[in-house]
Amino acid sequence: MTGTRTQSPSRPETAGPVVGRPVDRLDGTPKTTGAARYSAEYPYPGIAYAALVHATIARGRITGIDTASASAVAGVLTVITHENAPAMKPPPKVSMLNLSSLASGTSVNYLNTDQVHWNGQPVAVVVAETLDAAREAAGLVRVGYEELPATVDFAAEEPNAKPQKSNAIQSGGAKKGDAQAALAAAPVSVDLRFTTPPHHHNAIEPHATTAAWDGDRLTVHEGTQNIPWVRRHLALRFDVPEKAVRVISPYVGGAFGGKTMVWPGTILTVLAARVTGRPVRMMLTREGVYRTVGGRTPSTQRMALGADADGRLTALIHTSVTQVGRVGGGPEQVTSQSRHLYDAANILVQQNQVELDMLSNTVMRAPGESIGTFALESAVDELAAELGLDPIELRMRNEPARNPIDGKRFAHRMLRESYALGAELFGWADRTPRPRSMRDGRWLVGMGVASAYHPSWQLPANVTVRLSADGTVVVRCGFHEMGMGAATAQAQIAADALGVPFEAVRVEYGDSTLPSGPGAGGSAQTASVANSLIAACEKLKRSVLALARKSGDSPLRGQRPRDVEARNGGLYRIGRPEGHDPRKGESYPTILSRAGRSEVEAAVGSDTRLGELTGQLRFMSKFMLDRRRWVKAACGAQFCEVRVDADTGEIRVSRWVGVFDVGRVINAKTASSQLRGGVVMGIGMALSEETLVDPRTGRIMNPGLAEYHVPVHADIPPIDVRYLDDPDPTMPLGLIGVGEVGITGVAGAIANAVHHATGKRVRDLPITLDKLL
Amino acid sequence: MVEVRLRVNGAIESLDVEPRVSLLDALREHLGLTGTKKGCDQGACGACTVLADGERINSCLALAVQYADREITTVEGIATGGRPHPLQTAFIANDGFQCGYCTSGQLCSAIGMLAEHGAGAPSAVTEHLSTTGIELTDAEIRERMSGNLCRCGAYNGIVGAIRDVADTEPVRSEPVRSEPVRSEPVR
Repeated sequence: MTGTRTQSPSRPETAGPVVGRPVDRLDGTPKTTGAARYSAEYPYPGIAYAALVHATIARGRITGIDTASASAVAGVLTVITHENAPAMKPPPKVSMLNLSSLASGTSVNYLNTDQVHWNGQPVAVVVAETLDAAREAAGLVRVGYEELPATVDFAAEEPNAKPQKSNAIQSGGAKKGDAQAALAAAPVSVDLRFTTPPHHHNAIEPHATTAAWDGDRLTVHEGTQNIPWVRRHLALRFDVPEKAVRVISPYVGGAFGGKTMVWPGTILTVLAARVTGRPVRMMLTREGVYRTVGGRTPSTQRMALGADADGRLTALIHTSVTQVGRVGGGPEQVTSQSRHLYDAANILVQQNQVELDMLSNTVMRAPGESIGTFALESAVDELAAELGLDPIELRMRNEPARNPIDGKRFAHRMLRESYALGAELFGWADRTPRPRSMRDGRWLVGMGVASAYHPSWQLPANVTVRLSADGTVVVRCGFHEMGMGAATAQAQIAADALGVPFEAVRVEYGDSTLPSGPGAGGSAQTASVANSLIAACEKLKRSVLALARKSGDSPLRGQRPRDVEARNGGLYRIGRPEGHDPRKGESYPTILSRAGRSEVEAAVGSDTRLGELTGQLRFMSKFMLDRRRWVKAACGAQFCEVRVDADTGEIRVSRWVGVFDVGRVINAKTASSQLRGGVVMGIGMALSEETLVDPRTGRIMNPGLAEYHVPVHADIPPIDVRYLDDPDPTMPLGLIGVGEVGITGVAGAIANAVHHATGKRVRDLPITLDKLL
Repeated sequence: MVEVRLRVNGAIESLDVEPRVSLLDALREHLGLTGTKKGCDQGACGACTVLADGERINSCLALAVQYADREITTVEGIATGGRPHPLQTAFIANDGFQCGYCTSGQLCSAIGMLAEHGAGAPSAVTEHLSTTGIELTDAEIRERMSGNLCRCGAYNGIVGAIRDVADTEPVRSEPVRSEPVRSEPVR
């Protein structure tokens, strides 16, 4: 059964470079006809269905499991508990030298222990002939517990927070000068506390796994953001060689960080297939996603700013408290943007953590900056009001020439230009500064701005490119498509790099049999794959030229690579008139067929042990070198208009303009959609999204889309997204990832607009109408 | 087990299912029609929207046995004679999706919604309920499509696609009629 997704363009395109153009997605037809298969949609003869039983206590020990009634349900094949489950290897210890050790969602060896570590931990899995039988039986499993005291109340634990330790990837704190003293001495200052609640990703596709063993060989269909991690982690846990595991993930039905780690459902589906000897499918219930997949940590933040009378910042203090689970999760870089956005003379940032008996927190779209910009950008607005300054003017007075905290250079920074364009498009000049001064009938109208900021990353990627004698190109890389238009962008890049039409390129992705791609995270995938793809195309051109220059019949005889460029479906001498002039060069088919070659292939990176180690070392050294030299990031300016019902407090977002500095854009259509999608998720974060945790039991109280409110059609106005399209010279093709920057600054802009409309500051997300009454 | 005769996309399918099996699971797990998606299985997300006799329903909240002999149209059946439905084309042109998982439901819902509007049904944002020929403004489209969640946030593109089709196409709302033999879809 093959799942490798192959995409090749079907629409004719005009000639000329295709990078930058608003090309339609390559997977448009499968996604609009229902032909695209997601991980629960692969048919296997004899497939069985699994369902989870979740713990109902936060911490303790299982004293007994009664599976008799469950086992008696017609169609039930087995009920697997810690009493009968085969042994699995425990999750590996986390090590920065082996990033795939981060893959495990938690440190718990599910069903291999009687210990309960969070409310919702899977304590049994039922396997049955039908979905309904599995679910019915799961509801009949009775579990007895010996409960132990548990720490689950984030608010109560906040005073016990401990400073986050720094490592090579993340720093927990930083300082410049004496910010506390500068704040105390500042003639104008604000010192504020903000809170943000836990959030859940709520990809519309719930996590789902289809697993089939053939002896010791395992095939897993899994919607994931990191195929190599899933593969390695499953191989380790089930004690089989990595090459015996195939992970197929051509379509991911939304992820937003939630499909980065390997969560219990994946492992227990594979276990169920192992135990029953049948292919097994398990799609988590929506509630099951909340119980077994981590979300965004809640936060409390102190944000203090001090300024002189002209609005020049003398002090910036940003500290945060977030949570991790005792069984896993990581620090949230809440203060990230506060190190880079404002030229304050004195800066202090520090992230702190509490450890709870809860499921691990995990990455969710712009971890850190999405909630950190809410506090920072709200505080800047409050300071502007104290100073009697326009909030954009205050930002411009403090726009740094170099990175504020350490004086490093910015690789690219066009925040001034973003604000200038945004203000013009939005009509900022029409805003009257006084709160409650703008009104449209019963609606109080408010306008707000905030800065967007997200670091840009690049990860290792292995890519092969194959050119066939018919002039077509195949790009192979096991990257991930969860809505970004990943294959489309890479096809555009390959087409230009090899001088072939867009329609001549086919891209294979989403399968562990392909060269290993980067994880889809940190807005890094496009740049990471592009970097290797461009290098592979260069190698390929050299190989093709080598074939031509040996031939006495070729006009390219004796030419060196630097004298030759790819265009018009072949190699031609640089500086000569464009076109198929046979004296200046020749087409790929001509070169390959003369040489008797059906194809030429070039590879960058290798999936051998040595190749992988080399790749990781190269990545780490480039990463460290880059970090010493540059601060790399996307930034932008978010403008919004809200309308607040003067009587009911109902808040509607009525207009949006976002202008982003994201370097060069590969696909104008899909990049805009991603930025827009970030704004939409930010609107949810600002106005409605909140995971409610029972502080007594640690149990999530609203585990479903009926009680956790993500934005719907009616909540979203037209979102005008612009980008400056100026290449970042330190990034491949000058591109900066666009997946996350769109959500940053959104909640801040809305909070500021709500204040402008109503005169009320809401510093606790979400901004619901009760907080305005 | 009960035998249920379902008419799906112009074909007649007989299947033995338990009475508790939802129409959604019957389509996905029994008929292999996985174009219809499961997002929440509790009527909150709209990913499972299909057309029953031309009206949009959440197939996760419907029992297969209730829909015996009704004309069910899923995303696999909205194209005609090899030609995509205008909304399918418009969704691609307007980039009305990213991950694609809510798309089937958005498409079926949009078809049903345009038919409802065409039949004169008002919505919560319709100003005057007595009006005939309610103008299909963007606000009307957004309100009427709010049962279909898109977490990627492709809402602007979806509204744009529906707008394009509503402005240019006569709306096809009648269900696909089945012949009483199991065969290729008939039109």
